[in-house]
Amino acid sequence: MIEVKNVHFTYPSGVEALQGVSLKIRNGEFVAIMGQNGAGKTTLVKHFNGLLKPSKGNVLVDGMDTRDVSVATLARKVGFVFQNPDHQLFSETVEEEIAFALRNFGFKENVIKRRVTWALNLLGLTQYRKTSPFMLSGGERKRVALASVLAWNPKILILDEPTIGQDYGQKEKLRQFILQMKAQKKTVVIVTHDVEFVAECNPRVVLMSNGKIVADGEARKILTSPEILEKAAIIPPEISRVFLELSEFGFPTNVIDVYEAGEIILDFWEAKNREHV
Amino acid sequence: MSMFEGLKFRKVSSPIHDLDPRVKFFYVIAMFAVAVMYMELLPLIVLFLIQVPLVTMAKVTKQWIKSMRGAAFFASIIFFTNFIFSYLYQGQQALPSILEYSMAMTLRFIVLVESFSIFFLTTSPDHLGLALEKSHVPYEFCFAFTTAVRFVPVLAEEAQTIMDAQKARGLELEKGNILKRVRNYIPILIPLIVNAIRRSLELAEAMESRAWGATKNRTNLYELKLRRGDYILALLTVVMLVLAVYARWHIPIPRIMEIFPWKASR
Amino acid sequence: MAIIETEKLTYTYPGAEKTSIENISIKIEEGEFVLLTGPSGCGKTTLCRCFNGLIPHFYEGKLEGKIQVVGLDVVKHPIHELAKHVGLVFQNPENQLFALSVEKDVAFGLENLGIPRKEIRQRVDWALKTTDIYHLRERPPYELSGGQQQRVAIASVLAMQPEVMVLDEPTSFLDPLGAKRIFEDIHKLNKELGITIILVEHRLDLTAKYANRIIIMDNGKVILNGKPREILDSEKARLIGIGIPKVTRLYQFLNGKGMRLNYVPLSSEEMAKKLKEVFKQ
Ligand SMILES: Nc1ncnc2c1ncn2[C@@H]1O[C@H](COP(=O)(O)OP(=O)(O)OP(=O)(O)O)[C@@H](O)[C@H]1O
Ligand SMILES: Nc1ncnc2c1ncn2[C@@H]1O[C@H](COP(=O)(O)OP(=O)(O)OP(=O)(O)O)[C@@H](O)[C@H]1O
Ligand SMILES: [Mg+2]
Ligand SMILES: [Mg+2]
Repeated sequence: MIEVKNVHFTYPSGVEALQGVSLKIRNGEFVAIMGQNGAGKTTLVKHFNGLLKPSKGNVLVDGMDTRDVSVATLARKVGFVFQNPDHQLFSETVEEEIAFALRNFGFKENVIKRRVTWALNLLGLTQYRKTSPFMLSGGERKRVALASVLAWNPKILILDEPTIGQDYGQKEKLRQFILQMKAQKKTVVIVTHDVEFVAECNPRVVLMSNGKIVADGEARKILTSPEILEKAAIIPPEISRVFLELSEFGFPTNVIDVYEAGEIILDFWEAKNREHV
Repeated sequence: MSMFEGLKFRKVSSPIHDLDPRVKFFYVIAMFAVAVMYMELLPLIVLFLIQVPLVTMAKVTKQWIKSMRGAAFFASIIFFTNFIFSYLYQGQQALPSILEYSMAMTLRFIVLVESFSIFFLTTSPDHLGLALEKSHVPYEFCFAFTTAVRFVPVLAEEAQTIMDAQKARGLELEKGNILKRVRNYIPILIPLIVNAIRRSLELAEAMESRAWGATKNRTNLYELKLRRGDYILALLTVVMLVLAVYARWHIPIPRIMEIFPWKASR
Repeated sequence: MAIIETEKLTYTYPGAEKTSIENISIKIEEGEFVLLTGPSGCGKTTLCRCFNGLIPHFYEGKLEGKIQVVGLDVVKHPIHELAKHVGLVFQNPENQLFALSVEKDVAFGLENLGIPRKEIRQRVDWALKTTDIYHLRERPPYELSGGQQQRVAIASVLAMQPEVMVLDEPTSFLDPLGAKRIFEDIHKLNKELGITIILVEHRLDLTAKYANRIIIMDNGKVILNGKPREILDSEKARLIGIGIPKVTRLYQFLNGKGMRLNYVPLSSEEMAKKLKEVFKQ
């Protein structure tokens, strides 16, 4: 569980990136943090594993104040995958890259071996075991970065902008993967601008703007409220925009899923046809 | 860090900002020369004070104070080393003159920082690059200069991100003996280098795409023209130089403690 | 005559074993808005690099086949010659801005071409106003937001008054509103100034509506090339796994259940309009 209690954070440059944020993320939840560029999303999630410490207020991870424990200790619980994989890859082989964190945490060699194999498998990287990470494509490098964090099996997983530059197939794989994590009762927090991706996953959405949380709730509710979204420079997903236009026919306005939308339209259409007959 | 903070250019419009960088640079060099000429406290105080109006005219007082505060640390080091060494050589009797001498050495440093910070605070690196170009420095070098200024903060931020990313994977930089500690930096250095290379490739690509090297006769959006203010500053600087040189050889410079005898008589 | 024409264009990066693009034969007409998409690594960026001569002049490697841009043979003309006609905007705004003020950056290309100062000033101001960043002209680019930076990158290409602009995922780092504004700007350049646009993008939900042509690549080859409505509704597009817009998928779903709209929508506006028509009958 992550508890953020009235946190303020100011960078040394004087930018007040967080201005009183309170948030509770329970175990097993899937949360998407959204909001405009510079809203403070990355700053907020960097507090979850202690990379940043609040200037004011507290962040508790499983009851531990992040101020009292080292990043390394917190990292065991909270896995953090950065936006750009090139900011972390440095090893000669993919295998070594994944083992890096396990060595830092002092796992035994035979455990390391088992974990590496497991992580390679999970992300479909087994064939690249002995390849240099620098030889891989962007999408693959991103998966190596993810595997290198998953390897130690953290309870909480944070992904900063996981969909940037990814094609549809890769996004779909990522979605499946997150659902799998959810099934294992892991907490997953993603930071993203990708409205359509969020609409497909339907997580809890936390909306940020100017260092504050401006809305918090399930995706189908938040992503279908244009007035709320506007504050965070977000545009409702396409399906929602269709339904917002169609409210005059008595359609629900909180639809974001293609198939749900299809069923509603069909029902309405069939009912209308029956009337005519 | 804060001393460099004080050297960071901010766009403000003021008569000092409008001056030609070449003339300002001439002024800085002249200041440097004069400051080095004198070992006495009095003229250095004068040098320090005559620059203060420039700072207020340039409307950069706040940043300037910041850079001076940043320099304070080095200044105190200079003061104490001078003081201690002179003391060791000359002993207790000469204490007041040692004190004055150490203060003069410190002030000399401060005067240098003062004039450099006026220069950097009021000269946009763009204009500086242009001035280099006009002084027949090859364009490639000038471009490299402005690009370096542009990318230093970017690289610093990137280094921080990389450090964070590795810490998030359990890297503890301060762990182990000296050798281990040095090795701890490998996971930070490699991504930093790889990214710098990637970045420079992308930059090169973008430059090529914008007709880099199309003609030898490159033009420039900005132009440097000497204006009235430039002539005035150049003239003042020359006058100051002449006076300083003259005074150095022809006027005996009193010590402060000679002016204020109460100090000496103690 | 087509503004861009390639014939059996094939390219291999130096030291690479595999070709990155293979047998590309396309024709792009003046004033078109072309959306180029396809799975990651399929060769989109590589093809873009051919349009202004980065391939083969900057990247060496092996180029076969023919490519002509505004009537110039790319192989025979240096990049700076082609740069006057084709502007490239890249994904990461940070790495395409070098100067310490916005206007200096926008002037960079013109300075390289040796254009007289007075004209540079005029063209820089025009480009800044067209992209709505005139008020930022004296700011250092690295202090701007991502969206503003990307606008500077577009302005700096625009100032060179190219006939063709190629934009390679220009909004990936931007928030949805910022991205939408950039796409609208690009659309405006196409409509009002008649600049031919080639836009590389994965997120078709946001962009399909602007295009009058979509080219889909896979594995270095062009797989589909044609009108957006036909392409996005095709079986092949679905199989390659590109992100077909949600409204198009909704249309397909309804179609499959017997509700025929007879018009493939590309945006929520089009879909809503069509449904309203049907419901009001
Ligand atoms: N290292 C830093 N030093 C100083 N200021 C910073 C630093 N990192 C971020 N900021 C500032 O803090 C604010 C919040 O930044 P943050 O990176 O958290 O935003 P974000 O919501 O993640 O934005 P984006 O969507 O662009 O990633 C911004 O104004 C930013 O300029
Ligand atoms: N500079 C290079 N040197 C060698 N090979 C390269 C280079 N750039 C790209 N490639 C290879 O060429 C192929 C096509 O890459 P390209 O960057 O054109 O793909 P893309 O369609 O733009 O992908 P993405 O959507 O991820 O940007 C890939 O297999 C890639 O590994
Ligand atoms: Mg961020
Ligand atoms: Mg690409």
